[in-house]
Amino acid sequence: MTHLGYLLVGWSVSLGCGVLYAMRIAFRGRVLSRQVPADKRRWMQSSDHSNNDY
Amino acid sequence: MKNIATSVDAATTKSRATQILGFVVLFGVLALILLGFFAAPEDDEQRDAVRMIFVHVPSAFLTYAAFSVTAAGSLMWLWKRSRWWDIVAHSAAEIGVIFCGLTLFTGSVWGRPTWNTYWDWGDVRLVTTLILFLMMVGYLALRAAGGEENAVATRAAVVGLLAAVNIPIINRSVEWWANRTLHQRSSLTDGNLEDLTLFTLVVGIVVWVLFFVWAMIHRFRIGWLEHQLRDIELQAAIAGRRAETANDPTGGSLP
Repeated sequence: MTHLGYLLVGWSVSLGCGVLYAMRIAFRGRVLSRQVPADKRRWMQSSDHSNNDY
Repeated sequence: MKNIATSVDAATTKSRATQILGFVVLFGVLALILLGFFAAPEDDEQRDAVRMIFVHVPSAFLTYAAFSVTAAGSLMWLWKRSRWWDIVAHSAAEIGVIFCGLTLFTGSVWGRPTWNTYWDWGDVRLVTTLILFLMMVGYLALRAAGGEENAVATRAAVVGLLAAVNIPIINRSVEWWANRTLHQRSSLTDGNLEDLTLFTLVVGIVVWVLFFVWAMIHRFRIGWLEHQLRDIELQAAIAGRRAETANDPTGGSLP
């Protein structure tokens, strides 16, 4: 295979960044979830989505 | 039967739906590696360097998509003042910056064997993509600098909309400045790709889109948690101030 070095660098950086970002948001989500009461953890309704709140 | 979309894991941002989506993305990446390296044929001119197309073009496609979502979210924030849209805009911007960085990086690495250079300051598409990247890094820096939540959201929304003006310019640059670019015209629409190469490219775009959706769901939930935390801290500060005032015999008035 020609240009294997370039291909390995391009592909591994792309996939590596994806994996690292996925790990980062999973970890950050875990840390933040522990600090917020269970009933406020997820956006589930439109109460915070209306003009009246802001 | 439990609803997979709303099935909540107590102390994480994952749900049944994101777990399934995550596995689909993993299998998609494995399929893309197999197709990209072993099934798709080499190019007559570029030889195996053409296999960079399977990560470069999907990254560029997702850059456009993510920053378009940021622009839509910004517009909706300015119009509706909806926190939901503000968090969507911020989440898409963060993911878009990663895709944009990858577009520049993989394009540069691909450019060395095909154009004999990593970078060309005279190439309009390269320079406009770099400007978009820097504007969106500025967007994230503005967000990270802090301040009153609504004011930050409004400033960021203006930057998000201004940056989005660049998207059609980047996309059309190879036609508008055809003599000032090393880039070829659109690989997807020109019909010059072999069938299996085109199929693999489409698989790459689908896998990247699914990853974007997975990351958006998680990143939105993080944004929502951050918003809730700020709210909790604000409520605690107000309660503390009220308690101080109640205990103050002067009623908190100035001398």
